[in-house]
Amino acid sequence: MTPYRNNPNSIRALVRGGDVHRDVYINPELFDLEMERLWHSTWIYVGHDSQVPAAGDYYTTEIARQPVVMTRAQDGEVRVFYNRCAHKGSRIVSATSGNCGGILRCPYHGWTYRLDGALRTVPLKGGYANSGFGESPAARGLTAVAGVAVYRGFVFARLSHDGPDFATYFGDSLSSMDNMADRSPVGRLQIVGGVLRYMHNCNWKMFIENLNDTMHPMVAHESSAGTARDLWRDQPPDAPKPMVIEQFLPFVSNYDFFDKMGVKIYENGHSYTGVNFSIHSKYSSMPEYEAQMDAAYGAERARAILGEIRHNTVYYPSLTIKGAIQTIRVARPIAVDRTLIESFTLRLVGAPDSLLERSVMYNRIINSPASVVGHDDLHCYRAIQEGLASDGNEWVSLHRNYSSQDEARGVAGIYNGTSEVSVRGQFRAWLAAMTSDAPVP
Amino acid sequence: MMQGIANDDELIEFVYAEARLIDEKRLEDWYELFADDGCYWVPLTRGQQNGRTENSLMFEDKLLLKVRIARLRNPHAYSQAQPSWCQHILQAPAVEDRGASTGVAVLRTAFLYVESQRDHQEVYAGVVWHHLKRVGGRLTIGLKKVELLNCEAALPSLQLFP
Repeated sequence: MTPYRNNPNSIRALVRGGDVHRDVYINPELFDLEMERLWHSTWIYVGHDSQVPAAGDYYTTEIARQPVVMTRAQDGEVRVFYNRCAHKGSRIVSATSGNCGGILRCPYHGWTYRLDGALRTVPLKGGYANSGFGESPAARGLTAVAGVAVYRGFVFARLSHDGPDFATYFGDSLSSMDNMADRSPVGRLQIVGGVLRYMHNCNWKMFIENLNDTMHPMVAHESSAGTARDLWRDQPPDAPKPMVIEQFLPFVSNYDFFDKMGVKIYENGHSYTGVNFSIHSKYSSMPEYEAQMDAAYGAERARAILGEIRHNTVYYPSLTIKGAIQTIRVARPIAVDRTLIESFTLRLVGAPDSLLERSVMYNRIINSPASVVGHDDLHCYRAIQEGLASDGNEWVSLHRNYSSQDEARGVAGIYNGTSEVSVRGQFRAWLAAMTSDAPVP
Repeated sequence: MMQGIANDDELIEFVYAEARLIDEKRLEDWYELFADDGCYWVPLTRGQQNGRTENSLMFEDKLLLKVRIARLRNPHAYSQAQPSWCQHILQAPAVEDRGASTGVAVLRTAFLYVESQRDHQEVYAGVVWHHLKRVGGRLTIGLKKVELLNCEAALPSLQLFP
């Protein structure tokens, strides 16, 4: 049974104004269609160009279940290829990262490629004379993805030839990447410190939706952040807070805090919470760093950069970033109920190590597979994945602050922070991609 | 006369007893084994040198350990609605340094660590390094560093203490 593949109306019926059908999270056919349509036609995060600083550097990953390799070519350009030899299909490189020198060489039969993907040599080439090889796909070398865009070092790929251009797709949501990069006195970011890889046995959307879900922290994180708060309760109000307490406490702020934080919605599923302030607003000041920023940008501009303290920005469907704390989380869907979440820390190039230490601590206590915060998030995602098996109710409610009249024409704008509008915005984008007539490559 | 902070038997028995406290979930007693400046570290990468500027699976001072243990006792720790249990299987600890010159004894112990939660069970292997020192006459943990064999793998929730 494939009720969805050739039936856009059956997909449209899954997304109503204020609720969505459970199949969007649990149906394997819909997951396959998501990978073919949504994840092929949109801009998916690949990596950061600081991971391939020199010519010949490579970094391998998967996007939309496709093995890809990001390289830095001799001309300095970042390129993204399918990680597949043109001959028999072997992955060209198997390590996560490294330097391949000037050529990429297949480990099986030794076909070599230039860093721009062109086929360079094939052993005993005479054997291919008059074989039709010259006109075959193999002679074209490595297959590049349809589109690559690099913005402030963040590298995105679009697999399909059809789809929106990069600037149109992300629009002004790119301001969150600007803010993270601008926090470096020299305007540059560098991924450092390894990657936390946390396997989630749930649908990818549960993770993405959660990033701007502000109604869960005071409930789900009561046992972790609430415990930290309770342990700190007896301290005098002016006692300097250890960094870890400073990072835990805001998670159990009250509903009013998260509501007033605000959420900004862009077209195509992107959004950020923390329009007015965020859980990162009350971190201790770092005078040495702030002086650097003043010197680099001038006091007024420096204050503006550091005063923009957003919570999570979701670059739908694959990337979420925290500019104010310089961490990013990448969703890599594997199956309808399996998603790898990779969390990275970024160094603000030119800034003191104390900022990196803050990022590393945050990343560890929130995003590690051993995180007491992450344990409860994942528990809830998994509970949803299993709970949705229930036939008693096939619908998932996204009604919070919904008005059919207001949202008839779109959702872009600024809303109260506890609204579920960010999720509704994601499903508008989802539906558009899943029901478009764009050919599948 | 003893060449170091303790004789080998005392150091080795300490390592066995430490693991047993975790396995029996006597976590408040386990916590007391750590020196005030003690650290419990599970690196993310092989040969990782720095827990402050590089990501770790865990890198806990006593405050963080206290939060972690208190959370496990909290009825709202939802991920423990079905409680996790663990078992350490330790190879004989090797005394690498008795601390005669440094005051810090170092032990290396290969281990298997099993963490189980209802229908799921994960098995980890690795090497644990104990850096022990005397504080007020008592043996305490200055550093417990747990090097997991698969530290760089995509891991499920790791909920107790390898």
